[in-house]
Amino acid sequence: MSQPLTGAPRDRVDGPVKVTGRATYAGDNDVQGLVHAVVVPSTIANGRVVSLDITAARSAPGVLEIMTHLNAPRVNAKKATPNDTLLFVLQDDVVEFDRQPVAVAIAETFEQAVHAAQLVRVTYEAHPPTTDMTLGTKFVPKPAGDASAPKQRGTPAEAFAGAPVKLKQTYTTPTEHHNPMETHGTVVQWRGDQLVVHDSTQWAFGVQRRLAAMFGIEPAQIRVMAPFVGGAFGSKGTMWSHVPLAVMAAKMVKRPVKLLVTRPQMFGWVGHRPQTLQVVSLGAGSDGRLQSVTHEVVNETSLSDEFVESCASFSRDLYAVPNFGMSQTLSRLHISKPTPQRGPGDSTGSFALESAMDELSYAIGLDPLELRLRNYSELHPNSGKPYSSKRLRECYRLASERFGWKDRNPKARSTTRGRMLVGVGMASAARSSHRSAASVRIRMNVDGSVVVQSGTIEQGTGSPTVYGQLAAQILGIPFERVRFDFGNTDLPAAPVAAGSQTSGSIGSVVAVAAGRLRDQLVALGGVVPAAGIEMLVDDKPSPDEAAHETASFGAHFAEVEVDPDVGTVRVTRFVGAFEAGRILNAKTATSQCLGGIVWGISMALFEDSRYDARTARIMNANLSEYLVPTNADIPNVDVILVEGDDQFANPAGVKGIGEVGVAGSAAAVANAIYHATGIRIRDLPITPDKLLG
Amino acid sequence: MNPFHYTRVEDSPAAIAAIGHDGRARFVAGGTNILDLMKIYVEEPTLLVDINRLPLATIEQRGDSVLIGALARMSDVATDATVRRLFPMVASALEASASPQLRNMASMGGNLMQRTRCSYFRDTATPCNKRAPGSGCGALGGENRMNAVLGTSEHCIATHASDVAVPLMALDAVLHVAGAHGTRDVPLRDFYLLPGNAPQIETVLVHGELITGISVPVVPFASRSTYLKVRDRAHYEFALASAAVALDITGGMIQNARIALGGVATIPWRAREAERMLVNAPATRASFQRAAEAALSGAHGHGKNDYKIVLAKRTLVRALEMVATS
Repeated sequence: MSQPLTGAPRDRVDGPVKVTGRATYAGDNDVQGLVHAVVVPSTIANGRVVSLDITAARSAPGVLEIMTHLNAPRVNAKKATPNDTLLFVLQDDVVEFDRQPVAVAIAETFEQAVHAAQLVRVTYEAHPPTTDMTLGTKFVPKPAGDASAPKQRGTPAEAFAGAPVKLKQTYTTPTEHHNPMETHGTVVQWRGDQLVVHDSTQWAFGVQRRLAAMFGIEPAQIRVMAPFVGGAFGSKGTMWSHVPLAVMAAKMVKRPVKLLVTRPQMFGWVGHRPQTLQVVSLGAGSDGRLQSVTHEVVNETSLSDEFVESCASFSRDLYAVPNFGMSQTLSRLHISKPTPQRGPGDSTGSFALESAMDELSYAIGLDPLELRLRNYSELHPNSGKPYSSKRLRECYRLASERFGWKDRNPKARSTTRGRMLVGVGMASAARSSHRSAASVRIRMNVDGSVVVQSGTIEQGTGSPTVYGQLAAQILGIPFERVRFDFGNTDLPAAPVAAGSQTSGSIGSVVAVAAGRLRDQLVALGGVVPAAGIEMLVDDKPSPDEAAHETASFGAHFAEVEVDPDVGTVRVTRFVGAFEAGRILNAKTATSQCLGGIVWGISMALFEDSRYDARTARIMNANLSEYLVPTNADIPNVDVILVEGDDQFANPAGVKGIGEVGVAGSAAAVANAIYHATGIRIRDLPITPDKLLG
Repeated sequence: MNPFHYTRVEDSPAAIAAIGHDGRARFVAGGTNILDLMKIYVEEPTLLVDINRLPLATIEQRGDSVLIGALARMSDVATDATVRRLFPMVASALEASASPQLRNMASMGGNLMQRTRCSYFRDTATPCNKRAPGSGCGALGGENRMNAVLGTSEHCIATHASDVAVPLMALDAVLHVAGAHGTRDVPLRDFYLLPGNAPQIETVLVHGELITGISVPVVPFASRSTYLKVRDRAHYEFALASAAVALDITGGMIQNARIALGGVATIPWRAREAERMLVNAPATRASFQRAAEAALSGAHGHGKNDYKIVLAKRTLVRALEMVATS
């Protein structure tokens, strides 16, 4: 059966309950007998806890217990797999970063627990922390980034040395915190040796697995429920310390426990995008054809974990360049562990590469768009494999036409509007898509209605809508006849909802399952037995799929106005075109791209977690001082979805749409600022003080 | 926040009586500043006296001044026809403040009483001479990008964050104050105290005194005025630098000028020397630049806020040009 290339722009099925406040998030679960736990975060970044005075806290109204490293239940905090995060769950007195949990106050009400947490007096032995990447212990991670990919092709150093046009620049991006609207939170309840956890997570099964290892029980003894997640962006992809702390607290007081992470604590132990220092070297012919690209990356990581922000893969995989080199160095600082943030590596790496490409275009006097086209890669530059589909040329063409790119004056600082300098800039977007094994249960009832069940989660991307649409299309039945159940570990296993893999993974298994159900129904002559038809379907990437590279692409075009006197920047227009294979739902896909562009504007102009270098404490740990855009900062964003099928990516023919919009969007803004002002800023965010000239 | 007592009163004498001699009791109106600070344990009052029912919310012209009740909400003042006609820079400063929700709650008296603050003042894990006298200043040598360059001391470089206080300073507003021993008028220029070696004391009010109203003298040329606020994002953000400017220009020559700066100083900063330099000067960019140099002549940066000296000058020049060409 032929399927439409673009799914209907259907409203999300969970929209009404969300906008009317009836949707249930993890912290909304008030079970009988619930008590409240509040974390006491450290106020030093390097040292140890010498003593804790809990007298006042313990005797405050409603307090049940103050959990510290002296009385906390012993758990297995070791990493179960190398990729696990070291958790800080009160097993010793060591402090490795600021706002690390050092105690937990447990009380009858949330207010009482907050008050008790404030009454805990901690005495530290403190040592100077390191927050400067040039001073941290540096090392090359093993493996660095994508272990299977070569670190070099051709002879980049020699090719750079011999190139007619050379450009070598350093680009830096700051620490950024995810700050989803819903802060992290968890509600836990022991029922005998069974554990029920309501958690705000991108991966219920990951929470289940890690908790089982920590508490020495079987995964089957743990049910993890994540009905709705109020944004995550990578920060809820792994389980952080507060979840086991809540489980430990529940053990101690023998009551169900709710633990909510406060907004300032969101700058503590729940992950962040690491700061990066990137050196990009471009060697090109005078015609703009790239002869050599080298991308050297340093990113911050914590004392106990290795996190790689794989910026260089963006450069490795985008343009047709015969000689390529990359390096990745980590610098250990007294900070909490970085974690993937929307478009990890590509968001930061694209800022460096696409800024450098813009610089190259001015250096040789070539249209920045034409420079990209001259280096267009039909095959994957690193593996040499064909793409499952690639429509980046159409993205460039459609977005540039809609934007009116050819009408610009190519000279920098050449265009004004009243007192304002006007500039336009562009950048490419790319994000590789992935796919993991997943399972679904599909059932057709005797009345013809269908239920599809998966343990994946809904973090605002539209899961219950788009997978229902996909199943309905394949089965040829109205969307309203399909229900999609999701969000807990009782349902068939799903991978982490991250890394642009959810639509590929869940979409594929839904497509396979719906196809099998349809086939079975045909075999039964179209008659559903009284007991219905039910099947559990597993699907994983087939070896055939490895014959192709799968990635989503796009093109960003931004216009800015810069006040030449006071340096303020306003983005006045933005057009982005994106291609991601089959689009499951035109509305939710557009929202993903729009959100990605807003994220990039925010990276370009606002976001910056500012450490006090003396204390490694973030001094703007709140949404008053950690800036994200307001509505007034965002212009009308015009998103174009480039339609097209993809016969090779996976059974659903889909590629990731959640992150591609972030890649390149900050660079497009930075490039527009250069075009407006003639000032090249290579250090994000681009705040007014940097443009005073 | 800490447990505290709360009482609501109906008139000024009751409010002043309720505050009594408890040095840790505080008045509360909109609560948009004190409640924030209570939640983070920076303010730890034992008693809040709710003054919202006091009959102090009117805005009216009385002879040669406009009386703004202390409990008039920022949003009410911003939309008041008299204020908009006579003092455009007051209305625009209010409209550039905070968010609509906060402006609907926050009172004018409370706005003037908001704490001078910075990231370190708000974080009890760090030293701050204003919050904990004698503990040191975390902002000196720290993250001081938002801090002040004018009126600072070695003990404190926190910025006064009010927008509307800047044009009120330029207009020589007078505060009406009630206390246990009667009422008094305090010119706004005398109201705020530089941090010096006691940054914890921010105004001349003594404990138990209550602002009941603000008189803004009608300066005829203030109808030609503006408030320019430069900030990192377009909305809902403190000033990096701001300027309130009113000019009286006849035949291209400046007859009179009022100038105050915000976002760059420990108090709303009247730039009198800059005003004097403009009187009888041509309304040209060169004059404005000289005035801006004078306004910032005493400024000192502390590293990450060095840019504010240049930015404040450019902000002021731009504001003067805007008014001159309006």
